[in-house]
Amino acid sequence: MKGGLNALKEKSRFLSRKTHGFGMTIGGHAGAALLIYVIGGGLSSMASAQVSSQRLLDSAKEPQNWLMYSGNYAGHRYSTLDQIKTSNAGLLVPKWAYQTMAGGKFETTPLVVEGVLYATGADDRAFALDARSGRPIWQYQRALPPDIRPCCGRVNRGLAILGDKVFLGTLDAHVIALDTKTGNVAWDVNTVGGSDYNRGYSITLAPLVVKNLVLIGVSGGEYGIRGFVDAYDAATGARKWRFYTVPAPGEPGHETWEGDSWKIGGAPAWITGTYDPATNTTFWTTGNPSPSNRGEGRAGDNLYSNSLLALDPDTGKLKWHFQFTKHDEHDYDATQVPVLVDDGDRHLIVQANRNGFFYVIDRASGKLLSATPYGRVTWSNSKDASGVPIERKEASPTLAGVPVCPGAIGATNWMSPTYDPQTKLFYVSAREQCDIFSTAPQPYEAGHAFYGSAYFPNDDAQPFWGAVRAIDPTTSQIKWEMKHLSPSWSGVLSTAGELVFTGDAEGNFMALDAATGKILWHFQCGASVYASPMTYAIDGQQYVAIAAGSTLFAFGLP
Amino acid sequence: MRQSSVSAPVPRKQTTAACWFPILMCWTLLVGAALGCPLFAQEKNPYAGDAKIAKVGEYQFRLNCAFCHGLGARGGGRGPDLTRAKRHGSSDAEIFHNIHDGIAGTAMPAATNGGIGVGMSDQEIWQVVTYIRSVEVKSPTRPAGNAAHGKELFNGAAGCSTCHMIAGKGGRLGPDLTTVGASRSTEYLVESMRTPSRRLAQGIFEAMKEFPQEYESVSVVTADGAKLSGVVLNEDQFTLQMLDTREQLHLFEKDKLRSLEKRRESAMPAYDQKTLSDKDLQDLIAYLQSIGGQ
Repeated sequence: MKGGLNALKEKSRFLSRKTHGFGMTIGGHAGAALLIYVIGGGLSSMASAQVSSQRLLDSAKEPQNWLMYSGNYAGHRYSTLDQIKTSNAGLLVPKWAYQTMAGGKFETTPLVVEGVLYATGADDRAFALDARSGRPIWQYQRALPPDIRPCCGRVNRGLAILGDKVFLGTLDAHVIALDTKTGNVAWDVNTVGGSDYNRGYSITLAPLVVKNLVLIGVSGGEYGIRGFVDAYDAATGARKWRFYTVPAPGEPGHETWEGDSWKIGGAPAWITGTYDPATNTTFWTTGNPSPSNRGEGRAGDNLYSNSLLALDPDTGKLKWHFQFTKHDEHDYDATQVPVLVDDGDRHLIVQANRNGFFYVIDRASGKLLSATPYGRVTWSNSKDASGVPIERKEASPTLAGVPVCPGAIGATNWMSPTYDPQTKLFYVSAREQCDIFSTAPQPYEAGHAFYGSAYFPNDDAQPFWGAVRAIDPTTSQIKWEMKHLSPSWSGVLSTAGELVFTGDAEGNFMALDAATGKILWHFQCGASVYASPMTYAIDGQQYVAIAAGSTLFAFGLP
Repeated sequence: MRQSSVSAPVPRKQTTAACWFPILMCWTLLVGAALGCPLFAQEKNPYAGDAKIAKVGEYQFRLNCAFCHGLGARGGGRGPDLTRAKRHGSSDAEIFHNIHDGIAGTAMPAATNGGIGVGMSDQEIWQVVTYIRSVEVKSPTRPAGNAAHGKELFNGAAGCSTCHMIAGKGGRLGPDLTTVGASRSTEYLVESMRTPSRRLAQGIFEAMKEFPQEYESVSVVTADGAKLSGVVLNEDQFTLQMLDTREQLHLFEKDKLRSLEKRRESAMPAYDQKTLSDKDLQDLIAYLQSIGGQ
């Protein structure tokens, strides 16, 4: 029986793809569903086809679905859907809203597969909705122990999907698989063992599925953890490999740590990576060394903190690394999605880093091609022989405090940028905020916040502000900017409708003209946006979704 | 990875705090009992008077509290001066709970997990309580000024009450000053009168500008040519909520205005020595402090 149903699902997938072969951008699924209905003799017209690893590779063929955190393996957060476009964006209306009733920040990017939306909420909620109406299909909430140590809110950024399972990383550092139809737990693995989560390990990112593996990274740079990236068998939850982001004695890079400081070196990998199938390489970025703003006691470059890692997804072996900020003392996590861009025959990785530089890196070798400020930078005023920006001595935090730009939250943060292959522009949510960095020496104690620092806004400073900036990766020049009143925590989405979607701290969600940054439409969500938008389509209707407050909104044309 | 330890929208989850606290307490009690550790979920400071712990607490204070309360706990533009009388309770247990659970109706967030930043353990909170105790001014010198004369000035010659309210009486254009005597240092009060534009009121949370009003000055010309000036109550990219100088409330869509000019200057005149002598200034501060602590 199971075989029969699977066969039908296989068929529906085939048909779905074939329909797209006829060049329908949206509404392809409607055709497929109708055919299934005929073939299936009246079985559910929404029979959901399982997401295979091949479909993840071919995500561009089904723009009506949103199959992974960044929309595709290249981390573009771009959609070829173009029903909503510059000429009609002003007509957008809310189509539905779903309330999680959770407090705190709502950072999720939903997935959508065949009309079903899968997303997460604060306190490790997960839910499946009818993506047309917002009505829940199932809801899940993890029973979390009281002694978890999540930094910066009890948040989660989303799920990954493969087969009949979605995958969730939890605040007590487990990875769990939920059944796509029921939300039942299919497997549950503890990434750190016992109750070691209370030493500061947690997972907040959306996993990345590559082939049959679920890749995750861990949070906890505030607690002196030892960071890692893991891969788990999607079917069973068995761990396939682990890459420690802080090398142990005898491993290359270990010499960049003073004494035993590596044991509590931090370097968490808390944002979803990307994947290049052409070279079978997955790219992950890492956060600050611990303690974050005090370099004393951890002399050296502190590899692989604040780095870009090129890993073999089958083995976890390191192919190369690039460190953005050596021996960081300003919490300049590199945890921004590493975006794969092809510029002619140049295969690149671009990143607008938290430290204020826009980096262009050769994807094959990890060699730095350029590093150009895209916001106000005072922590560095020189580069080493290979062009890597290095810290100005006077920017090192002191007991009395020293003003440095960007501030502790960075020139951007985890919110996703987007790359639009049509305009060939990279769009990022930039923050203009400087801080006074002051040290606060403290001993390491397991499970206790381990900053070694304090930071304050400069009293005399102008109010902080933010902007969406459009950067040309070929020249690293800013083509336009759209100013926010205050710094935004919203990511950015671009679409073939020549639109860029983003949100602001005052609660607005808006559509911009991708060519100029002009605001074409806006909606007041009633709470700050702390999430990155996505888009999907059902039966010829395109939706754009954003989380704000405790509510997930979907917008579309009337 | 500090994402937003301070500027996060503070999940003001009274319910959550209330739910977690008993669990945390029980857990701490159990573990504490098993390990023979000091029990933190008690009403008595286990470190009372311990100078070494006060030093540890100072660093905890820098990490978690100084953003608003300033280095040295002397207050800043955001949080009260904690070296003096505390409006929300002065016992160790009260200070502990204020930190642990936050103070409803104020910008003070709960410091435990789910509250602000990475959260503080009970032990760390007691360390901070010990530190605050160590920097407390034991017998605060009475303000030098004459509070009764300060009150007369406030409501009369100095014209403060035209724009500021105390206990429900006065104007609306400036901040309500009922509690400012307790929540701001003397230096801050002096600066606010002598050079009011140097620092506008500061918000803590960017999210929805939860503690929003910065009292920026604004002038607009409406579509029909009316000119208005006053203070900003709130604004976003598209709208403006303001009080004009006659305390009339105006709600605008920015794109419908003929012009909009905002200045990071206080609408309050600078009270220099000529306008307000040092003695009168002291009297005003004495008045604010005499009511603020109540």
